[in-house]
Amino acid sequence: MTENPLLERAKRFISALRHCQVLGITVHQASEEGITLVLPYSPMIVGDPQTGVIHGGALTSLMDTACGMATLCVLPEFEVCPTLDLRIDYMHPAEPHKPVYGFAQCYRVTADVIFTRGFAYQDDPQQPVAHTVGTFMRMGKRLKGAQGLGSTVTGEQV
Amino acid sequence: MTHHFKTRLEQAHEHGNYKALLDLIPYAKLIGIECTRIGDELLFRLPANKDNIGNPILPALHGGVIAGFMELCAALHLLVFTGAPGLPKIIDFSLDYLRAGQFRDTYAKCQVWRQGRRVANVSITAWQSTAAEPIATARAHFKIGEVSRP
Repeated sequence: MTENPLLERAKRFISALRHCQVLGITVHQASEEGITLVLPYSPMIVGDPQTGVIHGGALTSLMDTACGMATLCVLPEFEVCPTLDLRIDYMHPAEPHKPVYGFAQCYRVTADVIFTRGFAYQDDPQQPVAHTVGTFMRMGKRLKGAQGLGSTVTGEQV
Repeated sequence: MTHHFKTRLEQAHEHGNYKALLDLIPYAKLIGIECTRIGDELLFRLPANKDNIGNPILPALHGGVIAGFMELCAALHLLVFTGAPGLPKIIDFSLDYLRAGQFRDTYAKCQVWRQGRRVANVSITAWQSTAAEPIATARAHFKIGEVSRP
């Protein structure tokens, strides 16, 4: 087994998100610096049938999840953090038949709000497919729906 | 494929039925988007689907699905109202989540605020219970090709 508890928490978290399972999103890397997820290429997420390019929506799901999960990297205990807003700038279309990596990190954590940013790339992180910024609300540990998900993340039985 | 797409678009216009057109877009089928024409307006619907859930405990729709739904609505809205030859290319997308998306049907409407020669600005509103209480609002820029009104 790996010795990275953050990676283990991230893997458990993503396994609980149904839509991420449908898209086949997995955790590539997780550290205090941030998190990287992978979205595999699949014909079912194609948005433009003429080119085979994946739809921006699948990329948005990847980046929303990556930014949301970046909060795991900075919070000492699991908290549910709903997205306040998200912005995606599309640099160029993702190349078909290749996975897309989504990296995200938190650059400011306050008592109520977490600011995140990230980018999506394929072969070269220096040539991103998209840039993202997202703001998340800290709801604390007592929010409805937090406890079950929290124990999933920490690996406890609900 | 281009010809195929255009034919289906023309048929969709004629009959006010967009299913055949949506069937050509795999991502649209994956999340299950539907489109109806009401008068001169388009109403989009995303039926409740377990595969679109993010937080399983609440349960709530995945924010990325709500975003993908709204982005697709905007592209289809432009496609239908500008008569573009293919789906317009997205430049940027910015969305505000206002309420949790519950596990129920979601609706969306679009408004083109500005359509220039090369770029269009579209706003999208998504709701579940009533249009007066949106679950998310979004704004997108698209690059559009040669415009030829149908």
